[in-house]
Amino acid sequence: MSHTHTVKRYSGLMDWLTTVDHKKIGILYLLAGGFFFLVGGLEALLIRVQLWKPLNDFVGADTYNELITMHGTTMIFLAAMPLLFALMNAVIPLQIGARDVAFPFLNSLGFWTFFFGGVLLNISWFTGGAPDAGWTSYVPLAGTTYSANHGVDYYVLGLQIAGIGTLIGGINFLATIINMRAPGMTFMRMPMFTWAIFITSALILFAFPALTVGLVALMFDRIFSANFFNPSGGGNMVLWEHIFWIFGHPEVYILILPAFGIISEVISTFSRKRLFGYSSMVFATMLIGFLGFMVWAHHMFTTGLGPIANALFSIATMLIAVPTGIKIFNWIFTMWGGSIKFTSANLFAVGFIPTFVMGGVTGVMLAAAPADFQYHDSYFVVAHFHYVIVGGLVFGIFAGLHYWWPKMFGRILNETLGKWTFWTFFIGFHMTFFVQHFLGLMGMPRRIWTYLDGLGFNEMNLISTIGAVLMGVGTILFLLNAISASFKPKNAGNDPWEDGRTLEWTIPSPAPEYNFKQTPLVRGYDAFWKEKMDGHKGMTPAEPIGPIHMPSPSILPFFMSIGLFIAGFGFMYARNWGHIGPLNTGYTVAVIGLLITLGCMALRSIKDDHGFHIEVHELDDKGGKA
Amino acid sequence: MMNRWQLGKRLAPLMAMMMLVLAACGREDLSALNPQGPVAEEQFGLMKLAITIMSLVVIIVFALTFYVIIRYRRRKGDNKVPKQVEGNHKLEIIWTVIPIILLVILGVPTVQSVFNLSKDYSNDPDAVQVIVTSHQYWWEFEYPQYGIKTAQEMIIPAGKTISISTKSADVKHSFWIPALAGKIDSNAASNENKMYFSAPKTGVYLGKCAELCGPSHGLMDFKVKSVDSASFDRWVAAIQEPVALPSDPAVAAAFESKCLSCHAVGDKGGPAFPNLTGIGSRASVGGILVNTDDPEYSNEGSVYDNLYRWIKDPEAVKPGNLMSDAYDLTEQELQGISQYLSELTLEYE
Repeated sequence: MSHTHTVKRYSGLMDWLTTVDHKKIGILYLLAGGFFFLVGGLEALLIRVQLWKPLNDFVGADTYNELITMHGTTMIFLAAMPLLFALMNAVIPLQIGARDVAFPFLNSLGFWTFFFGGVLLNISWFTGGAPDAGWTSYVPLAGTTYSANHGVDYYVLGLQIAGIGTLIGGINFLATIINMRAPGMTFMRMPMFTWAIFITSALILFAFPALTVGLVALMFDRIFSANFFNPSGGGNMVLWEHIFWIFGHPEVYILILPAFGIISEVISTFSRKRLFGYSSMVFATMLIGFLGFMVWAHHMFTTGLGPIANALFSIATMLIAVPTGIKIFNWIFTMWGGSIKFTSANLFAVGFIPTFVMGGVTGVMLAAAPADFQYHDSYFVVAHFHYVIVGGLVFGIFAGLHYWWPKMFGRILNETLGKWTFWTFFIGFHMTFFVQHFLGLMGMPRRIWTYLDGLGFNEMNLISTIGAVLMGVGTILFLLNAISASFKPKNAGNDPWEDGRTLEWTIPSPAPEYNFKQTPLVRGYDAFWKEKMDGHKGMTPAEPIGPIHMPSPSILPFFMSIGLFIAGFGFMYARNWGHIGPLNTGYTVAVIGLLITLGCMALRSIKDDHGFHIEVHELDDKGGKA
Repeated sequence: MMNRWQLGKRLAPLMAMMMLVLAACGREDLSALNPQGPVAEEQFGLMKLAITIMSLVVIIVFALTFYVIIRYRRRKGDNKVPKQVEGNHKLEIIWTVIPIILLVILGVPTVQSVFNLSKDYSNDPDAVQVIVTSHQYWWEFEYPQYGIKTAQEMIIPAGKTISISTKSADVKHSFWIPALAGKIDSNAASNENKMYFSAPKTGVYLGKCAELCGPSHGLMDFKVKSVDSASFDRWVAAIQEPVALPSDPAVAAAFESKCLSCHAVGDKGGPAFPNLTGIGSRASVGGILVNTDDPEYSNEGSVYDNLYRWIKDPEAVKPGNLMSDAYDLTEQELQGISQYLSELTLEYE
């Protein structure tokens, strides 16, 4: 095949703005998610400084409510999810033997919408007030009567735009995993991380539309004077809680299932053993995903839904402990009889097990509705969810980052720094959050700006603050590790851990632009390990060497996201920006923004893009370059 | 694997220690771990059951994890490939069935308690009915059986069932007296909620708002004061007595024009804001400035000092509250009104 059209190739900044390559998009997610993780972490430290002693006035009460709202919102939507997407993008196509995701253009769009949604949300700090009604944004507090400034508008529009990105990502990975697995990779031969992402993507597909609906309704209440949640207009405030939590509960499973997948990979690799009970693990993950949609009202036990609802949701919530327990025991028995190497990645994975179990059991305690009448909205809940999100998800992310860093960047992170990162973060974490269980039980509600002296809260709050500082130190150590690693040569080799079991370890580090020179033939579960045990150095190819078709880069996703960003401002400030002639300025700006987005979409639909080919003679030149 | 007596040997002292840790943890007027009434006791019982079962799970997981990471760590120079085990059907069944059994042990009392605690005493002639209305940032208590309205402090007869019906006048709040009962949300408009509790022991119990409601969410404390039934009857009578205005005409004029447009004393004044009848006898001013003749912390002071401080600058005490900037008082008027209110006491104990 000969091609006479010129191949569009960018370099430098333009390369990153136009890339549709899943590997580069993974790095973009890592950088942006990492940045927002630092922002959220700073917000956490400010919160803990305010709380280190009673009746403190380090920040004002208004600012405090902004800090807790932004800490939660940033960490969940702008840090945790993007960091997971970073690993999903970096790893999934490699693990299934594919050359990219199913829809590379959409992949880029997903990143840029997340990025601009996150920027929009954080601009609120500089324009008169961040949202301050909690990350759960309950009405009536979040309505215009009680939150008259634009803070909650930034929440609504920022999350709406960022949420589009997540939904796109979910659809993309579902299509990728269903359609693009290498020959021989049946569903039951997929790595556990791939299974976890597959089920997570299904959860995203069904849960994020609920958030979209809720945010649209709140947007219409605030910006167009609708009455979805306004009782005097025929609406109901409890409706918001239902809609939010029908999204919100599956959301936390969206956060943790990928971490479960990472743990399965890391523990298995560094124990030199296959995952114990693979089919049980797959089944348990599916069950967790399914049950995750059945339990949302356990966030609403004190709302007044009545005893029948409370009883049913108590039982359903307790049931989730069963498949989760199955997974914990299967990980332990994966290590049983193995040869365990404690790399930094494995320290995080093994540290995850007892920590997540502690979070899980407090979850079962919370599931008992009458006891929850005491725990709800107290520091007991704060302790629980930080144990599962930080002790679960963040440990998982650290494990995954240490594990897959060489595949992404061609360098291994420094193991000594990694161990220091682990211990400071691990000890700091338990210091911060273990005492909070007791604070809650002793009568300290959550989301309080300060607390009185003499109630018995002082010492534990001080310990908690010191722990938080230690976690900050651990985070900085990781950053230093990442930065100093970037000065080392890219000489990691295909299988730097030497015990790689899955397909990503069969190709160079970092992976070449086209991933696999030849799509591999998969002959069993743990495809690479199987070849190793049969005495082969690498995979058997499933196709001859030939030119490789690649998707073209495009600047359109970047501009589509900017259009939505501009539209967000227009809608928000429509009530403040007056008129130009007969036109409302804000709505005009909003329409211009939407036209930019629609125009880009039209361009994409009308222009025929056939991609380009990497020719056989170019294949070896591309090896080893990011 | 540990055999049974070893497990028991390790389990028993841990259980004992945990019970000790949990047993009297925290103030008896504030801690859910130190229940002072039957509802909080029932909830604490469920907590203890849950903690015991969950501690068992945690101990087993921790023990297995520690065993595995010590016993199977890679020794130096060991390059053997361990035996690859696909799984074990029997184990899968064990660690599925045992957790289910544990959940049944927890689930049955849970469901029983859910229904027990949902009993509606609003039509019970023996119960004291209290309508709780939450505001930014104060609590209104109405006793429909006696035609009484008060604020911030709920006086109740010891041992009697108190039937609460709660709703909010503005945003969502949550009514929580940890030592006596779990919380119930107060929702706006028609989503009224009911709960009940009782306080067999006399004393003052601390109440907290437990739903983010604005900047002063953490300062929206209230009190529940349990007194013997004779004292309660005296209180009911005393609070309905007529209340004289300040003796000084200048102070009285200021009080009437600047305070009684929003507040009420006796039969004078407006209903929308905290009722000030008997405010001199309450445990705190503004819910958060604790009245004491022996102040120890910066939120404590004498009744007069607290009233003066609050009325002078409410915004400094409770940011975002609706009394800020609502009026202008001269120093004389401020002192006079604070003095007057500090003397508005009720004799009932």
